[in-house]
Amino acid sequence: MLRKKECVAMLLAGGQGSRLYALTNNIAKPAVAFGAKYRIIDFPLSNCINSGIDTVGVLTQYEPLELNEYIGNGQPWDMDRNFGGVHILSPYQAKKKSSWYQGTANAIYQNMSFMKKYNPEYVLILSGDHIYKMDYAKMLRAHIETGADCTIAAIEVPIEEASRFGILNVNPDGSIYQFEEKPKVPKSNLASMGIYVFTAEKLYKYLEEDDKNPDSGKDFGKDVLPTMLAAGEKMFSYRFEGYWKDVGTIPALWSANMDLLGEDPAFDVGDASWKIHSRNPLAPPEFISDTSEVDNSMIALGCEIYGKVRNSVLSSNVTVEEDAIVEDSIIMAGTTVKKGAKVSYSVIDEGVVVGENAVVGADKKIAKGITVLGRNLTVSPGVTVDSGKIIDKDYKGE
Amino acid sequence: MAHSAVGVIFTNIQDKNIPELSSLRTMASIPFAGRYRLIDFALSNLVNAGITTVGIVTRNNYQSLLDHLGSGKEWDLARKDGGIILLSPYSNETDAPYKNRLEALKGITGFLQRRKEDYVVLYDGDGVARLDIEDVVRFHEESHADFTLVYKEMDSVESHYYITLSADETGRINSLMINPRTDGKSKLNLYINVMVVSREFLINIIQDAVQSGYSSFGRDILSRNVESMRIFGYKFNGYYAGITSLPRYFKYSMEMLDKNVRDELFGARDIYTKVRDSAPSKYIDGAAVKNSLISDGCIIEGTVENSILFRGVKVGKGSVVRNSVLMQETVVGSSVQMDCVITDKNVVIRDRRHLAGCAELPYFVAKGKIL
Repeated sequence: MLRKKECVAMLLAGGQGSRLYALTNNIAKPAVAFGAKYRIIDFPLSNCINSGIDTVGVLTQYEPLELNEYIGNGQPWDMDRNFGGVHILSPYQAKKKSSWYQGTANAIYQNMSFMKKYNPEYVLILSGDHIYKMDYAKMLRAHIETGADCTIAAIEVPIEEASRFGILNVNPDGSIYQFEEKPKVPKSNLASMGIYVFTAEKLYKYLEEDDKNPDSGKDFGKDVLPTMLAAGEKMFSYRFEGYWKDVGTIPALWSANMDLLGEDPAFDVGDASWKIHSRNPLAPPEFISDTSEVDNSMIALGCEIYGKVRNSVLSSNVTVEEDAIVEDSIIMAGTTVKKGAKVSYSVIDEGVVVGENAVVGADKKIAKGITVLGRNLTVSPGVTVDSGKIIDKDYKGE
Repeated sequence: MAHSAVGVIFTNIQDKNIPELSSLRTMASIPFAGRYRLIDFALSNLVNAGITTVGIVTRNNYQSLLDHLGSGKEWDLARKDGGIILLSPYSNETDAPYKNRLEALKGITGFLQRRKEDYVVLYDGDGVARLDIEDVVRFHEESHADFTLVYKEMDSVESHYYITLSADETGRINSLMINPRTDGKSKLNLYINVMVVSREFLINIIQDAVQSGYSSFGRDILSRNVESMRIFGYKFNGYYAGITSLPRYFKYSMEMLDKNVRDELFGARDIYTKVRDSAPSKYIDGAAVKNSLISDGCIIEGTVENSILFRGVKVGKGSVVRNSVLMQETVVGSSVQMDCVITDKNVVIRDRRHLAGCAELPYFVAKGKIL
């Protein structure tokens, strides 16, 4: 018997994430740290394995090195398999032609042979820039029950934000009669989450046609899905209710991190019934000293806290020295905040040193915006980094 | 050098010292320092010396040990050649589990014969140290020793069974005593249960010992042969915590709050352990944590001072936990007061309970108990 997988997932992880500025100078957006120990890609990967999908192609293009290394053989997500597992799919040189991925649809098209190797009945398309917990198996069941050719996960968004999304106009049974990509005047507030289940044969057919069409932008939302709908294929929406956040901007990344805090958090990463898997730091438990004050925060292994930390999310191996203050901030792995320094309303990348008595950002109530410090830079002692600034090299003051 | 050594860890041999924690598990799988098991220190030291094969000698209660070790991948010991090799208690030659170290060694003779490495590092999983095994093997080789015993100068000892020794300036041991009386005043050179021996020599020794009907490795092999064999001592000057009793366990746990100790053991970030994908710990508004080690997956709403919290511990509102060690998944309700308490895994302390021990005699709550 031919070995096969019922469903193969294809995870689009090639995006630059240019609106994360300094945070994605050298890494792809899905590799950006989130929630003290995770990276964004842990969420779709964990959703896959928790949904029983163990075969995932991760399509990378922009700055893939760190992402490739992070995913490795997939063992942290239980995806080191003899048949299936997680595979990095980079653009490659083929015999006849070779090119970078031209758009989301083209990226999948170029990896048709990967999908076909598993002979799947269904293909799940995912993107690597959202934070959410979702049982894809339920969506797949809905797809099978409605007999759809394509099912699109959809979530209700506030109507005033609807024009930022691909909007689905649906019949009462959930079938889609119209797509509107970022409409100026949206007819509904049902937004596409960029999560699609395709019946594999239909996907192959439309990707091949799309490839031949010189006018196509090779994008799912703009090209492939409208073409399928126009051709009369059966397309259904699948309603998702729950937490779902695009973390493609600094304010969104910041607020999604804050959503993890508190007694009854908006988004719970500690939910034992839906574990978020990740690579774990090799570090001892965090140490909270008797000179410290820690309030309403999330702190990862290996941190050493001697100063004050409140309303903040600290990744592994962060040191906050005595009399330093960190508030309303996200601090990524290995960063040190030296004595007497104050960090407010900021996002600080890995390996940064904030010098003694330096001031980064301003109190959230008066700040001009979130301050961002890029990877491995040093802020000189005593200097001030104004609120709202984005810095990506060593900073010695104005 | 040390790639030509194989490790052997005796996981049960010191169980008698600490029945509270080893009644349901091996000595080597006793939890320590918030996220480790004692065996992590032995395994990491061996692996960090380039050793890629470690035999794990078990006798009983090794379920939790197996669960912890898995395939050995966390220590890079999931190997095609070697890796973690479980040496279970029943060998072909005996019909009962071993009663002493010599019988244990006899049971693993086949394993020793099949290996090709020159040396064997015999390691009891009862101590916490960051020990440079590569240097011990080098010392053993350069001294042309038959046995090299690692020792540390200590103030006192508290154990059912211990060996003290004295060595000359070259390191050669000239006297070796088992359970000598101590006056509590003078320093002791205490053997810390790690030794290096040449593999073929060890195999011969075991065979001779069996033929001679010997029963004690310390007495019949080491002590008796101090003059006829080249037995050397390697002095270890680093931090060492020998887990020899519950009060000692408590004392050494508290020493993990000392930054110098922590830096020595964990500064290089090369002590490996099993990972469980817990979420990072959360400090809820109103939490007051001072001078404590907090592992992942904890949710803290109360006060925690001078304490070690393992994975997934919850401390409810209004509770005060002082000078305590709370192992995995301990749940402390609200308005609880605890001082000098050790809770084993999965303990539940209900609301408004008051528990207190003292440093010399910590109050111990056994695994799974609900108070």
